[in-house]
Amino acid sequence: MNRLTRYVSVMLAWILGFIWLFPLIYAIWAAIHPPEFATRFSLFAPLTMENFYAAWDQAPFLRYMINTIAITLLILGGQLVLCTLAAYALARMEFFGRGFIFAMVLMQLMVVPEILIVENYQTLAGLNLIDTYWGVALPYFASAFGIFLLRQTFKTVPEDLENAAKIEGCSVLAIIWKVYVPLAKPTYLAFSLVSISYHWNNFLWPLVVTNTEKSRPLTVGMSIFGAPESGVDWSIISAGTLISVGPLLILFILFQRQFVQSFMQAGIK
Amino acid sequence: MRPSRQIQAWLLLLPALCLLMAFTHYPVIKTIVRSFFGFGTRWEAQASLENYRYLLEDDVLMQVLFNSFLYAAITVPVSIILAIAMALWVNSKMAGKGFLRTAYFTPTVLPMISVANIWLFFYSPEIGLLNKLLGLVGHSGVNWLGDPSFSLYSLMAMTIWKEAGFFMIFYLAALQTIDTNLYHAAAIENAGKWTIFKRITFPLLMPTTLFVMVNALLNAFKLVDHLFILTKGGPNNSSNLLLYYIFETAFSFFDTAYAAVLTVLLLIILVVLALLQFGVIEKRVHYR
Repeated sequence: MNRLTRYVSVMLAWILGFIWLFPLIYAIWAAIHPPEFATRFSLFAPLTMENFYAAWDQAPFLRYMINTIAITLLILGGQLVLCTLAAYALARMEFFGRGFIFAMVLMQLMVVPEILIVENYQTLAGLNLIDTYWGVALPYFASAFGIFLLRQTFKTVPEDLENAAKIEGCSVLAIIWKVYVPLAKPTYLAFSLVSISYHWNNFLWPLVVTNTEKSRPLTVGMSIFGAPESGVDWSIISAGTLISVGPLLILFILFQRQFVQSFMQAGIK
Repeated sequence: MRPSRQIQAWLLLLPALCLLMAFTHYPVIKTIVRSFFGFGTRWEAQASLENYRYLLEDDVLMQVLFNSFLYAAITVPVSIILAIAMALWVNSKMAGKGFLRTAYFTPTVLPMISVANIWLFFYSPEIGLLNKLLGLVGHSGVNWLGDPSFSLYSLMAMTIWKEAGFFMIFYLAALQTIDTNLYHAAAIENAGKWTIFKRITFPLLMPTTLFVMVNALLNAFKLVDHLFILTKGGPNNSSNLLLYYIFETAFSFFDTAYAAVLTVLLLIILVVLALLQFGVIEKRVHYR
């Protein structure tokens, strides 16, 4: 009996694993075979790269990818700088209203920019930033999550180190840069991986704020590319999907351990 | 505390604070104000509850709210149960558990929009994979996305697939902190597997479950990307969710005043969930 339940359990685990990977496996299958094999499985189906070429020709993927990379890096850069400065102030400086400010920061954990699309669109239209990288990126610069995560880490840095740096005559910015940043490296890595995968995959806000391929990221491009009325067949959509997830997927496979640990660390706080 | 230190602190906070206020606090206040002024696309000087009155008459909204709560009520517990099962498997001595962990986690890093295209193919009526499978057992097939009685459930299936592996991570972290002596003691007592799970593992995972539950609930209201590809809220609003309805109202029907009222409604739901989470965090601390 016990043995039987163990077999059943192991089998279920693998079935679930298979289902979870299946959409990706299917996409690879459809992408590397001619269209007539998209709905038919055969071991002897000929391999082809045609679908990738066709997808590449039908949508400006290179442009989308450059946009996605630029937006993701712009957001990450802005977040790292702004969140570091704010986190240091909240962790190590005493000033009037600190608790209140911190509560205001935390509010953004619940009320994410996505649900305020209507008002934020109007703000950015007022700033003339519609259809620009900055338009997509600005609302995400001050990440409450980043500030919170870094503040918790900075609080664990021994104050003696800071005092020693002060005696050496370091300015506040120099202290942050030379003492706090190096000691918080694992947190920076965790936050960066979470931020990159979030913004690489983000859709609703970029959809609202971009109009042309000048600034449109991959996700928005894919939603137009995959629309049934565009008449593209499944093999080509699969190839396009793989092109759009490719870079992130490779990053994930290379840094698997860090990814899993980063999400874990980011979630436990 | 020297005054110069005070100024320094504020200078460090200034850039983050300005952007935070510009894109979180200011729009929240403006949304609330807008919800009282103007009706339809008109802007009126007199504050009124006209928009809120319309809220009560809006049949689509009732449908959307019902969908949103049903969506949360099913995706959240199913994802959690699967996440616990996955974490237990990956944490056991099973062969190939490293591979399984990656398999379960992969959907988390894939963009919802791109994989929705693949799911669209699985669900498509004639050539779709699911209907082909049904065909093998002699069933004539189901219109997964086009039939109002299936469309919302088809969305849920994809959501669960996307999220379970993400929640698994938190359970995995929690499982690794459980004291193994408890299991040794249970082994001495000859306790069965199910008893061990029910009496030791599950109670000790409770704080994680509460934490994951609140996050899953929040996600259920925030994540609507797949609607854009799979159903666009249809047919006949049978799979429409609140945030998608806000998007439609504002950017397809250009009714910003009513979109503001709907956003206020969503904000209220999120605030209630937030309060719930503060309660949850307290319990977590209490538990440790």
